[in-house]
Amino acid sequence: MAIINLREMKVNQTGKITSVRVAGELGRRIRDMGLITGTEITVQGRAPLYDPVALRVRGFTLSLRNSEADHIDVEVI
Amino acid sequence: MGKPLELKTIALGGNPNSGKTTLFNALTGSRQHVGNYPGVTVEKKEGYTSLDGTELHIVDLPGTYSLTAYSQDEVVARNFLTESKPQAVINIVDASNLERNLYLTVQLLELGIPVCIALNMVDAAKKRGITIDAEKLSSLMRVPVVATIARTGKGKNEVIKEVIKLAEETKGVYKFNISYGEDLDLVLKDMEKIIIENSFLTDLYPPRWVGIKYLENDSQVIAKGDQCEQSISQKLLSIVERVSKHLESTLNTYPEALIADYRYGYIASILKQNVIQRQYDINRLELSDKIDRIVTNRFVGPLLMMAIIYGLYQFTFSYSEIPVGWFEAFFGWLSDFMSGRLPDGLLRSLIVSGIIDGVGGVLGFVPLIMFMFFGISVLEDSGYLARVAYMLDKVFSIFGLHGNSVMAFIVSGGIAGGCAVPGVMATRTLKSRREKLATLLTVPFMNCGAKLPIMALLVGTFFGENKAMMMFMITLIAWGGALLTAKLLRMTIIRGPATPFVMELPPYRLPTLKGLFIHTWERTWQYIKKAGTVILGISILLWAMMTFPGLPESEKVRFENMRQFEEKSALPSHLQELKSAEDGTTSVLSPTAKLLKQRLAKIDGQEAEQALGHSVAGSIGIFLEPISRHAGFDWRTNIALVGGFAAKEVVVSTLGTAYSLGEVDPENTDSLGETLKKSAGWSPLVALSLIIFTIFYAPCFVTVVAIARESGSWKWSAFSVLFNTMLAFSLATLVYQIGSFTGFLAG
Repeated sequence: MAIINLREMKVNQTGKITSVRVAGELGRRIRDMGLITGTEITVQGRAPLYDPVALRVRGFTLSLRNSEADHIDVEVI
Repeated sequence: MGKPLELKTIALGGNPNSGKTTLFNALTGSRQHVGNYPGVTVEKKEGYTSLDGTELHIVDLPGTYSLTAYSQDEVVARNFLTESKPQAVINIVDASNLERNLYLTVQLLELGIPVCIALNMVDAAKKRGITIDAEKLSSLMRVPVVATIARTGKGKNEVIKEVIKLAEETKGVYKFNISYGEDLDLVLKDMEKIIIENSFLTDLYPPRWVGIKYLENDSQVIAKGDQCEQSISQKLLSIVERVSKHLESTLNTYPEALIADYRYGYIASILKQNVIQRQYDINRLELSDKIDRIVTNRFVGPLLMMAIIYGLYQFTFSYSEIPVGWFEAFFGWLSDFMSGRLPDGLLRSLIVSGIIDGVGGVLGFVPLIMFMFFGISVLEDSGYLARVAYMLDKVFSIFGLHGNSVMAFIVSGGIAGGCAVPGVMATRTLKSRREKLATLLTVPFMNCGAKLPIMALLVGTFFGENKAMMMFMITLIAWGGALLTAKLLRMTIIRGPATPFVMELPPYRLPTLKGLFIHTWERTWQYIKKAGTVILGISILLWAMMTFPGLPESEKVRFENMRQFEEKSALPSHLQELKSAEDGTTSVLSPTAKLLKQRLAKIDGQEAEQALGHSVAGSIGIFLEPISRHAGFDWRTNIALVGGFAAKEVVVSTLGTAYSLGEVDPENTDSLGETLKKSAGWSPLVALSLIIFTIFYAPCFVTVVAIARESGSWKWSAFSVLFNTMLAFSLATLVYQIGSFTGFLAG
């Protein structure tokens, strides 16, 4: 049970979001898509150039850039 | 006599990929109209439907996940809801994706507008093992819920019935509050009190909503508040500041984050009460995810993407050749027909070269635009376009662009031979404004089909040995120039952070034919209607520039005398031969008659050259010669480049006229090439300089009109004409000067 940054998660790894530390437009977009503290996410894949990352969250697939994932910390299971 | 029709305005809102457009088409059928929301380039679709004497005016809001002030789409949706005050909203919700979709529902309800939920794609949800108790959801959220399958039209009548009932019962007003926790609820209560006491923005928005927006730091609402009553706005902001500090120190969070938490918390609390039954794990891999494993695979993905993008290109430009051919044949026939009927002179020139060529020019693009939009709609509706963005984002974001910019670049001529007009229109799939602007300003650098004859002429004439290599280099220069310019623009006049990429990868779906056709047709029709008239006008203007003021009478008489002299000194039998050749009765001329014909053609060519020199375009060309000399261009080249503003292939034919060769067929430029090679002012270096100039200079005016339409402002069109021309001239001058100095390619 370690808390790591979302960028460091491996494909198929699952975890629970512990914090989303960003305000403004990016913070709003991230939260609007349901990435809030306590949400369970699984890394589904990475784009051919390793960036962006595709996540499985609340039953749908979401992609975001690594630079955007940097604001999200996850407790991996 | 039935009872008179009663008109109600109903908005249709929902997340992207929830089937909103499909439901809109099912509800309104062919009774729809596409326009723009005032002042922005966001599409506004409206339609009508009626049931039992009530007529519904349905307005399709842009698909959004939220109602923030950060994107044009969301502001437009919000403004429509608060300013036009529809009596109710049909909120389409994807049944497989209830949690995230209800997040928007909560925000719609908070705006104080009655909402009817259309629970869509219940069939697809069932396949994924998800069943939803619509009645329970309805009673818990206190809103009507109707299960629908927009694709087949199932449930659409029930939706209409429910929304009419809702609008009548609520009279368009609805009160809905959720708790945001002790801290914020208390603050909101205080704010609400201040807002109501001062009637602060209450004519526009519900009081509590204004409070929430202040807490969310919503720039649009705060700006409106400042305008309305600065002191109250300040008071609210200081309350927000206080609670922000408190939250920061106690919970280590900010109001906007807490608000999102509570909204999702509210949704979770409802869904937990047996509203949703899942047969499988929520994150079970669906068919779509398995497809993604292959389609976005590190090795297979990019190869497949290249194949699909190439396929789109082939589809747009190869299959449209047949209808383009019909248009060309028809307008060619019309030109000939009118030429034969009208006496030689200005009127004929205006009708044939100004109007018919102009209308032909407008309509000639129609098949291209239709095929391009059809192809892109297939990729968009199937969900593949999102994967293209996903795979290419890394590369394009370096240059300040979006992964989906690639479509616009390819269609414009990223694969040589495209067209910038549909290319600029393809930027419509880009939702982020800065990335879209940078894309549509740089796609005209690509080598469109109309630039190819110029390139072929210059490369064939001056670089005959390295033809393939040079053509490849030209493509590379265009791409490199476009990407670097995009980066430059994004660092200067379109500066700003990259729009967040946070994007749904929707499940793959089979597009519906009806949806594709409606989509394609309405966008094409918009082009014909809105762009068409402007394009026709400019085309007549350009015709006038190339025609007026024309040769002075004395010159005309001189050329006429020269012709008469030739004819008089010829034998009547030869003249008879030429005449029958024109009628088509003879095809083989005797050697002497051939010579006579050539001499007459030479006089015509000289007259045309003189006339061109006497036109407005000619004056511009001569006037600019002292400047253009620095890049190696004489007045003849200048005129040709001015003509290229009408359409790039005109450069070749105008160059022909300027070298008194008469009309030159862009497909067959051998004689023009020979002439250029022998002319004193030409060398491989001049050709290279002209190639560079042609890649970068002002787009043709049809593209310029398209840029104005897509960017929403003529300012950007003017910018692209001026900036591109200056860039082109700088680069061409640089090449020519360095070349002259070092003696490289001096020929």
